[in-house]
This record gives sequence, C-alpha cells and structure tokens, in this order.
Amino acid sequence: MDNVARAQLQDNVVAAKKRKREKEKLSRTWPLHLMLLPAAIVTFIFAYMPMGGLVMAFQDFKPYDGIFGSKFVGLKHFEFMFQYPDSKEVIWNTLVISSLKIVFGLIVPFVFAILLNEVRKMAFKRTIQTLVYLPHFISWVILGAILTDMLSSKGIVNSTLNSLGIQSIPWLADGNWFRFTVVVSDIWQNFGFNTIVFLASLAGVNPALYEAAEVDGANRWKQTLHITVPAMIPIAVVVGTLSLGNILNGGFDQIFNLYNTLVYDKGDIIDTFVYRTAILNGQYSFGTAVGLFKSAIGLVLIVISYRMAYKFAGYRIF
Amino acid sequence: MYYKTKGYKTFTVFNYALLTLICLSCVLPLIHILAVSFSASAPANSNLVGLWPIGFNFEAYEKTLNNPNFHNALLVGLQRTVLGTIIGMLLITLAGYALSKDSGHFKSRPIYMWYFLFTMLFSGGIVPSYMLIRELHLMNTMWALVLPVAINVFNMVLLMNFFRAVPKELEEASLIDGAGHFRTLISIYLPVSMPAIATISLFTMVMHWNSWFDGLLYISDYRKYPLSTFLQTVIVQQDFNKINPDINELKNISQRTVKSAQIFIGTLPILLVYPFLQRYFVKGIILGAVKE
Repeated sequence: MDNVARAQLQDNVVAAKKRKREKEKLSRTWPLHLMLLPAAIVTFIFAYMPMGGLVMAFQDFKPYDGIFGSKFVGLKHFEFMFQYPDSKEVIWNTLVISSLKIVFGLIVPFVFAILLNEVRKMAFKRTIQTLVYLPHFISWVILGAILTDMLSSKGIVNSTLNSLGIQSIPWLADGNWFRFTVVVSDIWQNFGFNTIVFLASLAGVNPALYEAAEVDGANRWKQTLHITVPAMIPIAVVVGTLSLGNILNGGFDQIFNLYNTLVYDKGDIIDTFVYRTAILNGQYSFGTAVGLFKSAIGLVLIVISYRMAYKFAGYRIF
Repeated sequence: MYYKTKGYKTFTVFNYALLTLICLSCVLPLIHILAVSFSASAPANSNLVGLWPIGFNFEAYEKTLNNPNFHNALLVGLQRTVLGTIIGMLLITLAGYALSKDSGHFKSRPIYMWYFLFTMLFSGGIVPSYMLIRELHLMNTMWALVLPVAINVFNMVLLMNFFRAVPKELEEASLIDGAGHFRTLISIYLPVSMPAIATISLFTMVMHWNSWFDGLLYISDYRKYPLSTFLQTVIVQQDFNKINPDINELKNISQRTVKSAQIFIGTLPILLVYPFLQRYFVKGIILGAVKE
C-alpha cells in the first residue's frame, strides 16, 4: 500500500516535471534566434556592409588604399555632381522617364481591368490573363534583344510601316523616340501583371450592387462609372502613392539593354550613369556619391509615400 | 438585362477585338523570334520572315548547341539557378518561420523585422557592393551570384504571412507532443504550406535565371558567365572582345537565325515553368498579402 502510494507520488512528480519541461519548451525562443541567424548574417554582410561602404562618397577612394586608407574630401563629389552638366541631365532624364512610366503604368492596367471585367466568357478571360502576364517574367536581356531586332531600321516593325507607306521611325536611335519606346515597352511588359491587384479589388464587389443599379435603370456605362471605378479607386491610390518611391528609378535593366551612345542625352539615367562612371571608368567615389544621393532621396520618398498611402487609403504594409 | 442591349453588344465585339490585339502584342514578338530561328539564313537576314519560318531547318540550333561557350554559359546558368534557389529558400524559410511567431511570445521579432525591412528601403548601391565582393575575394565565383541575393525580403514576408495563416492549434499540438521549433517547421508547417513554398521557389528560380547584371559586375572571366550575362554580352552589347571567339564562331554569332535561336533557348526555361507559375501566383500574391 505504502509502496503503491509512493510510486503514484513519484509518477505525479515526474509528470509535473515533464509538464514543466514542455512549458519551458513552448516558451523558449533560442531556436527561433538560431533560425534567423543565417539570414541575419547574410543580410549583414551583403546589405549592411555596403551601407558602411558609402563613406567612399566622402573620400577620394583608391582601391589600393582601401576604405580605411583613402583621404576624406568632404562634400567635394556632391558639389561636383551639381555642377557637372552630365549629372544634371541624367537626373532630369530619370525624372521624366520614371514619371511617364508611373502615370501610364497606372492608367493602362486600370482601363485594362475594366475592359477585362466586361468579358463574360470565362475561358476567354483566363486565356487573355495568362498571356498578358507573360512578358513580366522575361528578362530585359531577352526583351532588349527582341526589341532591338524588331525595331531596327530594317526590322519587322519598320518594314511593316514602310509597306503601309509610312517612313521608318528611329525607335531606338533618336532621343525623343527612345523615351517613347522605353515608356511604351515598360508598360507593355508590366500592365498585365499590374492588372492583378485591380481585378482582385473587383472580385470583392458585391453583385447585388449591379443588380440594384440595373433595377434603377442604370445602363452598363453608368454602372461602370458608379460601381466598378469607385471600387478600384482605393487600390489605385495606394499603387500610385507607393510608386512615388520609384521616381528616381528609371529602370536600369531596361535602359541598359536598349540604349546606345546616340540617345545618351535623352535616355541616360542615374543608374546607367553610375555604372559607367564608377565601374567602367573607375571614378568610384563620384559614382558612390551619385548613388547615395539617389538612395537617400529614395528613402525619404518611400517613407513619405507610405505615410500618404496610410493617410489616404488606410493602407499599411507592416 | 444590360448585356442584351444593342449598344452593349457592339461594345462587346470591339472589346473582344481590342483585348485579342493587346494579347497578341504580348506573344507575337516571341513567335517572330521563334520563326526566325527556324528559318534559312538568307530570308532571315533580309527580313522576310514574319510569323512563319521560311526554309524550315534546325541549323541555327545545331550551331548554337555546338558552340562550347554557349554550352558553358547554359551550364553555369542552370547551376546558379539550382544553387541559388536551394540556398535562398532554405534561409528565407527558416527566417520566415521564426518571424511568423507573434511578438508576445517572440519578443525580439520587431527588431528582426526592421532589420530585414530596412534593406528594402535603403541600400549601399552598386559601387560599395562591388568593392565588398572584391574585398571578400568572391570575384569570379558562383557565391558572388548566389549570396548577395539570397535574402529576398519580399519573398520572406510572403512566406511569413503564409505561415501565420496556419492554424495556431496545429503548432500548439505539435509543441505539446514534444516537438521543438525545428521539428514543427519540418513536420507541420512545410507540408501544409507546400503550394506557397512551390510558388516562391518558382519566383526565385525565375529571378536567378533572369539575373544578368551581377554576372557582368562580379565576373570578368567569360567562361564563368551565366547564360543571361552571356546573352547580354554577345547579343545585346555585341561585345566580342571579352569572349575571344574564333572566326567561325564570330560568323555564326552575328547571324540573325543563330541570335534568335540563342534568345529562344534563353527564354525556354521561363516558358516551361510559366504554366505552373501562373497557376499559383495570382492566388499566392493575394493570399500572402492578407494580414491580420
């Protein structure tokens, strides 16, 4: 009897200990830290260490002397940047190209989503969607190679124009046409993919709204104007404000794969300029200064645009 | 009903026509390149080929696949894609799981979140990154292409949101049964989030296959170029000095049919994964974007 009681007591103690262990196991967080460690280290090395390297912008950096041995020169490179005509031109080009991309990159998917929303044959709708998303996933190396081939003076586009009695157009060889080509081809690449968010917002519209409008005698145009469009406005505001953070991104991949010396005056953007001056010509410090200028303004714009998106549309990413 | 009115029917006809045209604009360029690549060189060079090959043959593909430099680049491109996807997915899955725990339990979570998110807002730019890779002696290695892009914060947050959508009861049951966090991740979270993992892996693969600029920046030996960088150098920049081709190869490279064949082979992997990719991504993006 005594033995049984003792054994039971012992069992209880063991069970309590086990429960306690389990509870500790639930609350311990070191495995979580361990899981984050590799990602944190890689991020530190490849994202935070280059930020430290930004001091190069305030030095006359020589690879031989390294970051710790190079001479500090203060704001020399920033002053030079604002005096040097090329860099002013490049900042202007970036602003022009990216604002055109932002504006039309918002309007085209918006209209496309409305048109697609009117398609009642599901199979047709799905086929269209599948095919227009495709260019988004193809790199600018491939797209650049295809466009350069098609838009060359004897390419398929100009030869088609010629056969219609229209003169050849220097799509990639004249500054203004180059800007046009860049903006159109960027929208062409991304409008399908950017339509997704608009279609998603339309999927949330209550069909009863359309039925009620129908009963009240509104035709489809009126329904679109008063139901479909207002349903997409909030997300359009969010997308529009958030893209403000991209105003100094002209699209390096695209420009670099399409441009040539003929169109530098109208088509060269900050990123391509930095690559050429810093990496190809070895003006490391100047390139870093221009890059820092861009990143700093970009950071401020992103913070502002997120605040605005929150204020206007109640949108929050984090 | 509105769709029975005459006006709407007319609109529908125009709408379908317009959408078809827009849609064609997205695929015809690829079909044109494909047609050129299968054509004989004479009609291709004089721009006679439209959407159907003239003088159908496989010569351009034979020449392309017999080019050792192309071979090499293709292999490096595949290696980079496989290695990069494995390493990247491993790191962001582990991190995404840990970040999916709520701050009440995992107190340092906000610190980690900001640590990662800040890298999306601000970066050192290309010059310091280039100098870093040089200082670390990673120039001309595969690591320079894989490690700097291993942590894609956007994908990590997507994955984190998927993990957060997994019912808490599953996790609690697993922890009470004595499994630690690693075991819970592997036996509970991974199996139920397979669609998300597959989607994000495909995104990562596409990103690696398409990346070309890091190859140009960090690799100076053309034999170590991944395919995208190789195509950028040979077809877009037409910079043959780096590659040192012999006369025969040079003649082939500048042929329009051979160029088109190379472009098409470069696009092929994307076209192959695209059906899987697009089945998931719409759902994936929307699900991943939902927050509590």
